[in-house]
Amino acid sequence: MIDYSKVLNPTVTDIKPSGIRKFFDIAATMDNVISLGVGEPDFQTPWQIRKAGITSLEKGRTKYSSNWGIMQLRTAISDYMERKFRVKYRPDEEILVTVGGSEAIDGCIRAVVSPGDEVIIPQPSYVCYEPITRLAGGVPVIIETKAENDFKVTPEELKNAITDRTKLLILPYPCNPTGAIMEREDLERIAEVLKDTNILVLSDEIYAELTFSGKRHASPASINGMWERTITVNGFSKSFSMTGWRLGFACGPREIMDQITKIHQFAIMCAPTTSQYAAIEALKNCDEDVEHMVKQYDMRRRMMVSGFNKIGLVCREPRGAFYAFPSIKSTGMTSDEFCEKLLYSKNVAVVPGTAFGDSGEGFIRASYCYSVEHIKEAISRIGEFLKEI
Amino acid sequence: MKYEILKLLARNAKYTAEDIAVMLGSDEKTVENEIKQLEKDGLVKGYKAIIDWQKVENPYVSAIIELNVVPKAGLGFEEVAEKIMKYDEVESVYLMSGVYDLNVVVKAKTLQDIARFVSRELATIDSVTSTTTHFVLRRYKEMDVELVGEEDDGRGQFFI
Repeated sequence: MIDYSKVLNPTVTDIKPSGIRKFFDIAATMDNVISLGVGEPDFQTPWQIRKAGITSLEKGRTKYSSNWGIMQLRTAISDYMERKFRVKYRPDEEILVTVGGSEAIDGCIRAVVSPGDEVIIPQPSYVCYEPITRLAGGVPVIIETKAENDFKVTPEELKNAITDRTKLLILPYPCNPTGAIMEREDLERIAEVLKDTNILVLSDEIYAELTFSGKRHASPASINGMWERTITVNGFSKSFSMTGWRLGFACGPREIMDQITKIHQFAIMCAPTTSQYAAIEALKNCDEDVEHMVKQYDMRRRMMVSGFNKIGLVCREPRGAFYAFPSIKSTGMTSDEFCEKLLYSKNVAVVPGTAFGDSGEGFIRASYCYSVEHIKEAISRIGEFLKEI
Repeated sequence: MKYEILKLLARNAKYTAEDIAVMLGSDEKTVENEIKQLEKDGLVKGYKAIIDWQKVENPYVSAIIELNVVPKAGLGFEEVAEKIMKYDEVESVYLMSGVYDLNVVVKAKTLQDIARFVSRELATIDSVTSTTTHFVLRRYKEMDVELVGEEDDGRGQFFI
């Protein structure tokens, strides 16, 4: 009999499975659950993108691509990044097409982090940075961003987190779950702190297209002095509603990209060819589709924020991504308690803020990837719940 | 803003002025007045439910009738179109480009009722030279709303 506790990699077994999984397994078995939990768009992938995928299949383009990705796609990515975010990357050696933004994040952290290196991670944030850092033998150093700072990383917080062992700073903006964005001025102050250091930056910009009230996303690599230290990760899942296509990309200086590409080459080979052909269409001809989706998200966002505030949960205006992050501190409950009781008494599923780091205590994440009608119904149920407790 | 309000009402006529104000970042009073004006100006003609009649017992049947019409000098198709639209059985009337002229959607209790209506009322109009009747067998989508297929949008319980 194999004693599995002795044979498995302790670095992996020590990683905590997502604590809320059980909770949502329960939600999945309940009837009449109205969820604000899902973190993916409800829109279909625009038809012309799907059609481009189908056409590539019809033409029999079903072979491996270059490890880096199809050149035509990398060229399109290069144009797109410059057009939208004012950052220049050469298609031949500074852009790698990956299996979702997730693979790009994994490859980037693995390529730069050695055992003992410290990785600064602002939280609340997406759940992958900490475990991937640990898998690479790195040490996560958490910055607990504050609601009163609109969940931005401040230069002081950053300075306090930096040590001799700091290797990498993660900038997860626009932010899942807080909806925070970092504006140009905010990034300039971060750049000032990093100036004259060797600290690299991983900028996870998967929600870059989804910013509101006229604010365009500011890409850290477009800030003076930041390009050489920044790996920019982006992808198609959120902006083009292509989650299931599993396609993303990483851009950065050639010296770093060469190393990430080695990992990619041995672990993955190449991103799915069909998805790559579809993505070319997305980048070239779908600005209007994106605009339409952003407009719909914006209306839902207003509906949700106004709804939460009206029923008495203080909710700051999320500026990007597609989540609201209201405070539930007024109820006196912990986030976990709140979510569990809400699920059982009103069949509404939201995600406790603590799923995104300890600093998420006192908050819940509500996704607005749902129709306005759905959002109204969910908020009205949460309102009833608040009256009954 | 007028156009944005119209688009939202076309999507869901039950949105309140308050809902629309929140979605468009305006205030309730302004939206309320805009809607009143839209109604007054006849841009908003009415509000109706979208019903899947196939789920109702004894529903009605409907047909699309293609009409060829000899237009009248000086009046074109107006006269006959306006005559046809007055019938209660007629749900909509469109002037079409292509091989026929008027597209008339007709509803009635039974197929026989429609056949009778077409032969007695439409076919006998002087300027109508021919009619082609297509009965609707099944409705899949009505006013942007899918009537068949899965409710589930395909998203799993993928929460993070």
